[in-house]
Amino acid sequence: MPEIKTQDFTAASSQAILDPKLRRALDRVAEGFHVARLDRIEEVTQETWDGWKDQAREIKVHTIEHLDYYLDLLDKNVAAAGGQLHFAKDADEANEIVAHIVRTRDIKVATKSKSMVSEELSLNPVLESLGVEVWETDLGEYIIQLAEETPSHLVAPALHKSKEDVAALFTDKLGIPYDEDIYNMAATARTVLRDKFMEADLGISGANFVVAETGTLVIISNEGNGRLCTSAPRVHIGITGMEKIIPSMQDLSTFLRLLPRSATGQRITSYVSMTTGPRRSDDEDGPEEFHLILVDNGRSKMLADPNLREALYCIRCGACLNICPVYSRIGGHAYGWVYPGPIGAVVSPMLVGLAKAKELPQASSLCGACREVCPINIDIPKMLLNLRTKTAESPDSTQRTAPEMERVLARLYAKLMSSPRLLKIAVRFGRFAQKIERITPFFSPLTKDGKWIRKAHLPILSRWTRSRDLPTLPKQTFHEIWQKELSDE
Amino acid sequence: MSQQAKITADLFVTCVVDQLYPNVGVSVVKVLRKLGVTIGFPEEQTCCGQPVYNTGFSQQARTLAMRVLDQFRDTEYVVVPSGSCAATIRVFYLELFADDPELLAQAKALSAKTYEFSEFLINVLKVENAADCGTTYQGTAAYHPSCHLLRELGVRSGPQKLLASVPGLEQKELEGSEICCGFGGTFSVKFPHISEGMVTDKIANVQASGADTLVSCDMSCLMNISGALNRQGSDIKVRHLAQILDAESD
Repeated sequence: MPEIKTQDFTAASSQAILDPKLRRALDRVAEGFHVARLDRIEEVTQETWDGWKDQAREIKVHTIEHLDYYLDLLDKNVAAAGGQLHFAKDADEANEIVAHIVRTRDIKVATKSKSMVSEELSLNPVLESLGVEVWETDLGEYIIQLAEETPSHLVAPALHKSKEDVAALFTDKLGIPYDEDIYNMAATARTVLRDKFMEADLGISGANFVVAETGTLVIISNEGNGRLCTSAPRVHIGITGMEKIIPSMQDLSTFLRLLPRSATGQRITSYVSMTTGPRRSDDEDGPEEFHLILVDNGRSKMLADPNLREALYCIRCGACLNICPVYSRIGGHAYGWVYPGPIGAVVSPMLVGLAKAKELPQASSLCGACREVCPINIDIPKMLLNLRTKTAESPDSTQRTAPEMERVLARLYAKLMSSPRLLKIAVRFGRFAQKIERITPFFSPLTKDGKWIRKAHLPILSRWTRSRDLPTLPKQTFHEIWQKELSDE
Repeated sequence: MSQQAKITADLFVTCVVDQLYPNVGVSVVKVLRKLGVTIGFPEEQTCCGQPVYNTGFSQQARTLAMRVLDQFRDTEYVVVPSGSCAATIRVFYLELFADDPELLAQAKALSAKTYEFSEFLINVLKVENAADCGTTYQGTAAYHPSCHLLRELGVRSGPQKLLASVPGLEQKELEGSEICCGFGGTFSVKFPHISEGMVTDKIANVQASGADTLVSCDMSCLMNISGALNRQGSDIKVRHLAQILDAESD
């Protein structure tokens, strides 16, 4: 697995939020996707859209509830088409399956199309350690590979890079003259990669869907690189999460309507590639071998937890990232692991452990925008809350990771709010303290009119007044006004 | 105004309004009385439990929620001047008590009769025109739809329709109105840097709207937004919808 930095969320997001270049990139791309997505919905009408969403969710619920059955069916049909299905329980196992194929097939060069699961496995370093030359062929992934970074968005991995960044990177790594024309940069990448497609012995792809009834791997893309990876080299390995299974081609049509529209606001992507088995005797091209590796790597933990199971319905469209007011300010890298944004804040803690990723579920205002845009109606805020509950009071101490101070405060708060009498005393004390502050500012200087606290030197409150004023307590509570003036009417 | 006069309702004023914005509670009472509602106020009430619920402390949240279940057991309607607290009672209590059939039944009963203030006016009292409340407002106002009101309770256009019918009030459009202001309860102090970033964008949009008043149905969002506005020296006012509808409020 790649290095886990989820525990550094606060520091990383504090840095990221100050980066104006990142903000511009996020505004441009994520916002652009979001606006295009809304146009597509308007075009088909909200009612039709909602119908598709319900249908898709129904398919996902059904498939995940009967995952054993569909895994078996997929296995049979992949084999019937002449391919081989592998099941990997974790990253090491998945990497070992790939390594075994590499060793026994004398693989020297591999081309890869976009795969978030391969990021999750940290597959590239494994391949390189076996002496394999690895080429990412999705333009965004190629940029990221050259820059030795990780993706910052589910569908636009190099979203955080400006065209100037990429031009400088190409000059640095490819030794070509600086040219920030996007068309020319894409042409450069195409020239480099075209040869590699022809050289490669191994093509590695992800999968947007795998269809159980036919054993078919489905990739949707805009660059055509996916199809070259799956057809040009002599061996093709598809790698994906076990939750990507759908029952039938009929079901696929529902998702093909939803995914491009939700992801980039396209009616359909430039390429929809379906691969069923290796080349047949009468095929003109295609690989000699077809392997499909389905990865668990923590997913069965999600499956076993009824509160978090719906995270497995995710089709990685990224719509929740594009709409999220937190993601759109801090970008993907701050989340510290492969999957960023709202869905990442659910998935990462489940895959890397809540102990290391305990901040992620907290880093949300629970505004609910992610749920509203999700094409599968996944209730992300509810799962974030469930994870918060686990950090607060899970019987499992590896999950119960909330700071002890929070637990003390929660108990104190409940005590205080359970007793109107105690609350009254606390409010009176607060008012008294405010009076003192007006005479001799000690903890919290007030504004001249006494209506606001400008800078609280008290725990918690000081975090509020960093850049916001805090209202002071008024002379009377509503309780007091009610008793004096309102109750007898 | 509705013909079905004799409606009785109890006010759950919320802890934020009780302790920081009591005038909002006063306006709620005055508007409801003006509309013929007999309004009660169970005085043992404090907080719905949302701060602890949202932080994951469900046991403490249950302790506070059970108090609310008790206090409003015999009430005909519960009116809450906050989309967020109303959502807690109406939506989140059902989650909180999902594994306890007896308490769940009580939570369902409470949920069915709990309304956020603007919903109560529109759905129960059938108020269509703010003139029914006898109010006028001289000024320009933009509306901030709070997230829980919008997405948990599904209240989208009602408050704005009411505002549009206030004599004298000119509505201004708020760019990015449905984007969270960054409050999010404990989120605002756990991740102040992100929360500040969000509220900075919100107030930029509020200032660009040209409105002199920002109206919402949640004082906690307005506390956040006005705290940021005040820090920047802005004189844009924030008001709860009830204050706009209350003829006696400034």
